[in-house]
Amino acid sequence: MAISDKPNHWLVRPRTIRRLWIVFGMVLVLTVVLQQIAPVKGYFGVDGWFGFGALFGFFACLAMVLIAKVLGWFLKRGERFYDG
Amino acid sequence: MVEILPPAIILLVGAGLIALTRGYLRDAVVLLAPLATIWAVWQIPDGVTLTMSFIGYQIEPIEGSAVRRLFALIFSMMAFVGGIYALRQATRLELSAAFAYAAGAIGVAFAGDLITLFIFWEVMAIFSTVILWCGGTDSSARAGMRYATMHVLGGVILMLGIAGTAVQTGSIDIRAMRAEDFSTWMILIGLLINAAAPPVSAWLADAYPEATPTGTVFLSAFTTKTSVLALILLFPGEPILIGIGIYMIFYGIVYALLENDARRILAYSIVNQVGFMVCAIGIGTELALNGAAAHAFAHIVYKALLFMSAGVVLYRTGKRKCTDLGGLFRTMPLSCICGIVGALSISSFPLTSGFTTKTLISEAVIFEGLAVIYFLLAAASAGVFLHAGIKFPWFVFFQKDSGLRPKDAPWNMALAMLLFAGLCILLGVYPQPLYALLPYPLEYDSYVPGKVVFYLQLLLFSGLAFFLLLPAMRRTLTITLDFDWFWRIGFIRLSNKILGISAQGGKILSRGVDFFLGVFRGWLERLLGLNGVFARSWPIGATAIWSAVLLSTYVMIYYI
Repeated sequence: MAISDKPNHWLVRPRTIRRLWIVFGMVLVLTVVLQQIAPVKGYFGVDGWFGFGALFGFFACLAMVLIAKVLGWFLKRGERFYDG
Repeated sequence: MVEILPPAIILLVGAGLIALTRGYLRDAVVLLAPLATIWAVWQIPDGVTLTMSFIGYQIEPIEGSAVRRLFALIFSMMAFVGGIYALRQATRLELSAAFAYAAGAIGVAFAGDLITLFIFWEVMAIFSTVILWCGGTDSSARAGMRYATMHVLGGVILMLGIAGTAVQTGSIDIRAMRAEDFSTWMILIGLLINAAAPPVSAWLADAYPEATPTGTVFLSAFTTKTSVLALILLFPGEPILIGIGIYMIFYGIVYALLENDARRILAYSIVNQVGFMVCAIGIGTELALNGAAAHAFAHIVYKALLFMSAGVVLYRTGKRKCTDLGGLFRTMPLSCICGIVGALSISSFPLTSGFTTKTLISEAVIFEGLAVIYFLLAAASAGVFLHAGIKFPWFVFFQKDSGLRPKDAPWNMALAMLLFAGLCILLGVYPQPLYALLPYPLEYDSYVPGKVVFYLQLLLFSGLAFFLLLPAMRRTLTITLDFDWFWRIGFIRLSNKILGISAQGGKILSRGVDFFLGVFRGWLERLLGLNGVFARSWPIGATAIWSAVLLSTYVMIYYI
């Protein structure tokens, strides 16, 4: 308890976060490079391309966040919308 | 003669005993009743083992098969672990209702005919509403009423279909059918309402987060998954389910992305996950149905785990909005880790149960050569990681320091979370026991190196997208409009309008009637009033002339 109550928990220190980003970046590169050793079977052609999973995952998420954002402009209302 | 103890009855008796007992005796019932139910589920052989006669129909309250036992097993396991989780926190009424609700789900799982299915279907609707009302707040009371209305409506539609089918075919057997006439469509729609299919998906995210921390854990497990089982039994290979499933998958992702309430995020992701199952049922091959069943099993475990983690946070802090939470990993490490295990499982991360079950569905899609569906499911897998896999743990346990320093889970809640977290990983590492329980024989290895690499790329890069897009996903104090606007506001306005118009019309009509009555009355008064034609005194001459006229007219008519 005493340690975790300190204002600067080791996990939120900028240095740790920087290191986490570096490790995360290395893992990302590794997953793509691994495809050379463990080839991804392409069932429909494109899905076997080098790094397809990475690009597809990234851009699919980008698209979904953007779609959600645009829908949000039309559909978001204040929290008390149904109370009034 | 009843040779087998119906599992649903055991749990129903357990629910009754929970309501009647107190203290350690009640604890014993909470723990032993589900265990006895699991044992009884195990004893049910294939085929019909119990028949009765009811309103001229032969009903079959217990029919066993692999897929029915699988669902009944996970329902009773859920009652067991949910019971541990709620042991000290839930009220007697809530726990009792939760067990009766689970009993309803098990009853549906073994229902051999449509009437039995309907009866247990309604048992579930009633007791799940009671659980919602145990939330004890104004908003849970109102949400409970909306929930009950939706499920009563679903029940009526289902009953309509069952009655129609019974009259048309003379059979109430549960067998695979196609939605091709009015009755079968009604059955399909009735089932889909419980699966939170469009356009009524909103009932789920509207209701579940309003229950207590313990209540939501139970609610997350049964209603939608019994619907999945009923669809597997009644509508395997119904093509329209593929489209409905895909809609549910993306609806869940987009609405969860817009949501601020942590438990509502998880509720939307139920719709998302059930969408995967509905889509698989629509494909309808043996592999796809195996996938739907396995995924439902795994889903109940990791979704309950996620709601348990969110429930502990709500129980300890009283808060459920992402904007109020954050940084809880400091003092709630166990809830945080269990939440992450659940989140990784729902994202079908390798070594978790989601990976070994959801990839079955993808495999079925590949086998059928459905390229578009395959890529949509792959995008959705990335989206699940985005909206639930990272978003839930990040906003609740990390994000910013909210200053909250709550205690971690009480022992029983912690134990329940550890049991399910362990099961998530066990099924991820060693899925063979689950595969052996599936409805069709399965030779499948999910850990092909290339497939693992593909999923790691897909998921980790969606993780990258999440952190890069964080500024675009800042939580706002908002709710998101859905089709429920129609029944919460639109229809009310419309009915007020119609009432207004009819009131207006009524006024016009009554004015018209008044006018004509006035004219008629004036005419009568002129004729019969004090000074009217008939009341006036007439001279003798005039009377004599009128008499002569009348008489001659009479004679002429008589002559003619």
